[in-house]
Amino acid sequence: MSQQTTVLYDVPGPRQRRITLISSIVATVVLIVGAYFLIYRPLDEKGQFSMELWGPLVDPSNENFPLVWERIGLGLKNTLTAAALAIAASLVIGTLLALLRIQLKSLTRRRFTGMAAPAAYLLRGLSLLLSAVTRVCVEVFRGLPVVITIFFVARGFPEFGITFDTLWYLVIGLTVYNGVVIAEILRSGMEGLPGGQAEAAAAIGLSPLQTTRMILLPQAFRIMLPALISQLVVVLKDTSLGFIISYEETLNIGKQIIGVLGNPIQVYVVIGVLFILVNYSLSKLAQYVQRRLSQGRKTAGTPAQPLPPAALASQSESTGHGV
Amino acid sequence: MNVLIDKFDVFAGGFWLTLQICVLAAIGALILGAVVAVLRISPVPPLRALGTGYVNIFRNLPLTVVMFFAAFGLPALGSNADFLRLPGLDAIFSRLDTDLPYFRFALIALVLYTAAFVCEALRSGVNAVPAGQAEAARSLGLTFGQNLRYVVLPQSWKASVVPLGSVIIAMIKNSALIGFFGVVGDLSQTADQLTSAGGYAFVPVAIGISIGYLIMTVPLGALLDRIEKRQAVAR
Amino acid sequence: MRVKRVAAVAAAAALALAMAACGGNNAEEGTGAGSKSFPAGSTMERLNKAQKIKVGTKFDQPGFGQKGLSGKPEGFDVEIAKLVVKELGIPEDKIEYVETPSKVREDVIANGTVDLVAATYTIKAERKERISFAGPYYEAGQNIMVKKDDTAITGPDSFKDGTKKVCSVTGSTPAEEIKKYVKDVATQLVLFDTYDKCRDALKGGQVDAVTTDNVILLGYIAKDEASFKLAGANFTKEPYGIGVKKDDTAFRNFINDVLEKAFTDGSWKKAWDDTAGKFGAELGTPPTIDRY
Repeated sequence: MSQQTTVLYDVPGPRQRRITLISSIVATVVLIVGAYFLIYRPLDEKGQFSMELWGPLVDPSNENFPLVWERIGLGLKNTLTAAALAIAASLVIGTLLALLRIQLKSLTRRRFTGMAAPAAYLLRGLSLLLSAVTRVCVEVFRGLPVVITIFFVARGFPEFGITFDTLWYLVIGLTVYNGVVIAEILRSGMEGLPGGQAEAAAAIGLSPLQTTRMILLPQAFRIMLPALISQLVVVLKDTSLGFIISYEETLNIGKQIIGVLGNPIQVYVVIGVLFILVNYSLSKLAQYVQRRLSQGRKTAGTPAQPLPPAALASQSESTGHGV
Repeated sequence: MNVLIDKFDVFAGGFWLTLQICVLAAIGALILGAVVAVLRISPVPPLRALGTGYVNIFRNLPLTVVMFFAAFGLPALGSNADFLRLPGLDAIFSRLDTDLPYFRFALIALVLYTAAFVCEALRSGVNAVPAGQAEAARSLGLTFGQNLRYVVLPQSWKASVVPLGSVIIAMIKNSALIGFFGVVGDLSQTADQLTSAGGYAFVPVAIGISIGYLIMTVPLGALLDRIEKRQAVAR
Repeated sequence: MRVKRVAAVAAAAALALAMAACGGNNAEEGTGAGSKSFPAGSTMERLNKAQKIKVGTKFDQPGFGQKGLSGKPEGFDVEIAKLVVKELGIPEDKIEYVETPSKVREDVIANGTVDLVAATYTIKAERKERISFAGPYYEAGQNIMVKKDDTAITGPDSFKDGTKKVCSVTGSTPAEEIKKYVKDVATQLVLFDTYDKCRDALKGGQVDAVTTDNVILLGYIAKDEASFKLAGANFTKEPYGIGVKKDDTAFRNFINDVLEKAFTDGSWKKAWDDTAGKFGAELGTPPTIDRY
């Protein structure tokens, strides 16, 4: 991006620099004054900055401070547990689903020659059917809001006599959605690889499954790693939906604290900051990994395979957000 | 399964309300997202910082938190979002101009949250334009504004369509949260109402709700797939 | 047999120690597996043998079931549940509390997630189709909370002209009840997931009233008497019961016996005075147990 922006306008000369400086100062002043009058003043008038409301959150000598932070700590632990389990399960499910869909796709292209005609038709029909079924599953679960998926899991499983802790409802709900998304990330990663890779693998006698497993999948993982990490941010944010099914994640605990202390704005500010900190570090990690990977490719001396930039961007974008 | 027929008006009403907020939020998010994207590439550092800060904040907050601040932070700031009570729109968007501000609050939250992703989608489109294009434009003597307007944006638009579309799809799905923040009668809340208060069986209601969302998301997704494939071929 | 007796002696010794340590707190008296005899195969026997129980309650209802900063739920519902659990011969610290918001209560009882639910749970005919109720142990009634200076709203009929806005909680009985009075749901009704949010909306002026059971409202009024008041009298009767699995008549009768005992021996009143009674709500006379 930085290259791009500098391309858009000339390196500023003295006059332009002066104008920039002046407009910078004006912009800053306008922002600060606006923030003061539109945000600080009304909040202050309503007493939202009083220590009575903030004390339990920021003042270690407040009697409730240790209790409050113990609760928030528990909430964070629960959030991270659910997120970690969900992302691990999504990776496994996503990889399997991606493999399955790639295999089924290659199967549907096979004519099953050399078999008796009925058997060949049967196999072909079966592979077409399976391919369609997985496709429909992917479309349905990708098209449903995660809130709804989680809600359906928590309400639906007990309907059939299967009950777990709320943690598992949340994990299953998140996995169903994110597993499908990750499968699509990996699949498009594999399909985006140059055709020569698969051809070369076939030439040295690898079976389609071996080709996928040994040649395509590792490369897809590598290319899609940033997208996968940003999916982790999505999962982490989505755990906050646990409140719908009474899972005690950070926001739900926040709600309980608010019930006792009556300071909603303050609690939400603190929780918001916590989320931003964790997720921002994860995004930074994703960028770092991406940089490392692109460097690695250059130093290895292989001719950099020009990835279709828009396709890659669209992948990381289309997956870089959930709720 | 009778509930799907008996309560068709409830499902249809929920679908209609969800559709209303999605259309409005999509328009708002596209506009605000474009503004933020311009801020992010503007030559004035504080504005650039503002744009970057905006994206970092709203991309990393759960939508639930954003929704909360819209529904309870804005009243604390003394606003009922009355500036959204645009005359003339209430014929279609009946909830926009009522005394109850929660539809407007939810709309603001969706717009603020989605705009961060719209900005990133637009940026990825700008990134997809080869640097040589902008260089050539500059060597012709075009200014920053002209460069964006005549050279970069028309080309980036093409590369942005698909990511923008998936942002909008995500937004439609995200709108399922508005029922938890005071908006009565959207599609996801319909499920709650019918199963817990109305006492209807869970599975048919679940199917009805799912169909409602899939009607909105799947065709849009299929359209994007087509565009993506055509672009891939063109390239 | 011998082992059992040794265990019993050890348990008794431990109990004595515990009692000494607590300075005469006799809450743990008569607990432990087999400490009480129940009919074979009954829910009571199963719970007593397991020495643990899952109780569904609310976590956000001041005075009835609210999770405090200590992480333990407190309130009248919780105290009533404790009375029952004590009679089952299970120590208090073996209770696992499960949050049961209004809309999931029947589900969690029916599918066995919890053993009993005490969560401001109104006994209702349509609910009896899916679960069974013991009790009632309290009779509340739906009421309306308004701002202190509001004279326009006098009762549910004030919503009929279609201008006043009212807030309640998704999936709750009061929300369904008030729909009968509200002229246009889209412009008059607001639903949140907790009453806290309704109270904030009332305070901020986004809505004109909050409606739910009087005792819940009294809790908010007690905390902020300068801002809120009740508008008029209760307009429904909400007898709170304890939800158990459908047709578990033995368990239901057992709980009813416990409640009746608590009514007479003063523990019912004490539970009230320690919790919701602090808000100035009237306890009144014990309700008549409904042994259907």
